[in-house]
Amino acid sequence: MTRDTRGVRRALLHLVLAVVAALYLSPLVYMVSTSFKTREGAGSTDPQWIPDPFTADAYREILSSQDSPILTWFVNSLIAATGHAALVLVTAAPAAYALARLDFRGRTAIFTMVVATLFVPPVVLLIPNFLIVNELAWVDSLPAVIVPAAAGAFGVFFLRQFFLTLPEELEEAAELDGCNRWQIFTTVVLPLARPALVTLFLLAFLTNWNDFLWPIYVLLSPDSLTLPAGLGNFQGANNIRYDLLMAGAVIASLPVIALYLVAQRWVIEGISRSGLKG
Amino acid sequence: MSVLTRPKGLSGAAGPAAPAGRAKRMRTWTPYAFLAPYLALFAVFMVLPIGFGFWTSLHEWDINLPAKPFVGLENYTDLFDPSSVDGGRFWTAMRATGVFTLFSVPLLIVLPLLAALLMNGRFRGRNLYRAVYFAPYVLGVAVVGFLWRFLLDGNIGLVNHYLGLEVQWTTDVPPAWVALIGVTVWWTLGLNAVIFLAGLQDIPRELYEAAMVDGASAWRRFRAVTLPGLRPVTVFVINATILASANMFGQSYLITAGAPADQTKTAIYLIAETGLRQFDMGTASAMSFILAAFLMAASALVFGAFRDRSRR
Repeated sequence: MTRDTRGVRRALLHLVLAVVAALYLSPLVYMVSTSFKTREGAGSTDPQWIPDPFTADAYREILSSQDSPILTWFVNSLIAATGHAALVLVTAAPAAYALARLDFRGRTAIFTMVVATLFVPPVVLLIPNFLIVNELAWVDSLPAVIVPAAAGAFGVFFLRQFFLTLPEELEEAAELDGCNRWQIFTTVVLPLARPALVTLFLLAFLTNWNDFLWPIYVLLSPDSLTLPAGLGNFQGANNIRYDLLMAGAVIASLPVIALYLVAQRWVIEGISRSGLKG
Repeated sequence: MSVLTRPKGLSGAAGPAAPAGRAKRMRTWTPYAFLAPYLALFAVFMVLPIGFGFWTSLHEWDINLPAKPFVGLENYTDLFDPSSVDGGRFWTAMRATGVFTLFSVPLLIVLPLLAALLMNGRFRGRNLYRAVYFAPYVLGVAVVGFLWRFLLDGNIGLVNHYLGLEVQWTTDVPPAWVALIGVTVWWTLGLNAVIFLAGLQDIPRELYEAAMVDGASAWRRFRAVTLPGLRPVTVFVINATILASANMFGQSYLITAGAPADQTKTAIYLIAETGLRQFDMGTASAMSFILAAFLMAASALVFGAFRDRSRR
C-alpha cells in the first residue's frame, strides 16, 4: 500500500469515528441542555441545543421538592454504593486468596460451586431474595440494596484470577520471615493487588449506583429510595416535566461520569479483561 | 523489606494450578476463616434462594397471607396452559423477551465487533474514541430510559423531529421494538466493543505477519486469523449478551411501560410485577424457573455450536 492511500484511509477512519462519536454523545448533550431550560422550553417542539432563556430553575425546583427529596436519594445512593463495594472487597478478597493459594480440603468443590453460580440466571434469585430480605426486616432499608448482591461470585472469581498471576516467591519469603497467613495476605498480597482491588471497587460501585430493578421493588418510602429508584417514580406520571427529569438525570449521572473521567482506563480494562481469563 | 528484593520473575513462578508453597505452617482452619465471610453471604443470598425459590414455586404463596398451601406443580401446569390467565400473560411476556433477544443480540455482536475492528489500529485518539463509545454504559438504565423516552416522545422528541416522522415510538409496535432495541444498542455497544478490542489485541501479531507473507488478502486474514482468534471472546460475549437481553427490564419499564397492551412487557418485568407487586410469589417463582431453563438451554446451544466448529 502506498503512503498516500494509507493517509487517505486513515483520514477516512478518523472521519467515521469522529462523526459517530459526536452522534453518540449528542443525546447526553441534549440531556444537559434540557436541564437548563424552562418548563416551556423543555416541552417545546423546536429542538433547542442552547437553552434560551438559560436557567437553573429546574435544579432549584427539584432540589427543594418535598415529594421527591433528591438530596436524600443522592446520599442513600452514595451510602449504598460505597457500602456495597466495600463489602464486596472485604469478603471477596480473603476468599479469593484462600481459593488461589491455600491448600485445604474441599477447595476444588467450593471453587466449582462458586463459579457454577456465575451461570445461574439471576432472575431465579429475585423472588426468594425478596422473601429473605423481608424475613431479615430489611425491606425499605439500605441493607437490602447493600448486602444481597455481594453474594455474587464475580468478585471472588476476578480477584482469584489476579492473585494467581502474582509471583509466589514474595509470599514464601514472608513466610520464612515468620509471617502467618493473615500477615502475608495483608502486608504482601493486598498491596500488590491494589490495581485489581481498585478496579473491583469501581465496578461494584458503578453497578450498585445504577441498579434499578431491585431497588424499585425493595425500597418503598420516599426517604429510603436510591436515586434511580426515586427517578423511576416519575414513570407513569401524567405530563412529565422533562426539565425536572433531565435535571434529576444529570444529578444521577454526575458521580459516575466523574468516576469514569478519573478512572476510565481502570474501568474499561477491568471490564474488558474480566471475561477473558476464564 | 529486604525480603522483597529477592530475584523476581523466575520462570514458572506463576504456574496457575500450583497451590500453596511447600513450607505450610498453617492451622487447618485458617483457609476456612478466610472463606467464612464470603461463604456466609453466598449461603444466605445465593444457595438458599435457589432452593427456596423452587420451594416457593410449589406453593400458593402470598407474602401477606398466613396460609401458603402446597400445590405441587400446579403453578407450572397453569403457566403451560395458554388459556389460563397467568399462562396467557406469561407467554406474551416470554414472546416479548424472545423478540427483543432475537433482534438485539445479533446487532450487539456485529456492531461492536465492527467498532472494535475500526479501533484496533494504533492511531492517535484511539483511547478517546474507546472512552466515548463506552460512556453511555456507565450511566444507569434509569438515566438512559428517561433520556430516550424524552428523545423518542411522539410529539416533542428529537428523533421524530430530525427524521421528519410522526411515529409513536413508545406506544406502537413495531416502532416500540425499534426504539427499545436501538436504545439498548446505543447503551451497551461500547461494553461489547471493549471486550472484543481486548480480544483482538490478544491475537499474536506474528499470525498476521505470517498470513501477509503468504499473500493473504485482508478479508482472508480476517477469516483465517481474526475470527478464529476471537472465538473464545465471541462465545463469552454472545452468552453474556443473550443473558443481558433476556433480562431486559428498565428500558421496557421506563420507555414503553409494556405498551401497547403488554406486548413489550418482558418476562422479567412480568415476574417482578407478579411477585413483588401482586405478591403472587408462587406463580412468579415458577415463571422465573421456566425463564431460567430457557436461558440455560440458550447458553448450552451457544457453547455447543462453537465447540463443533473447533472440532472440524
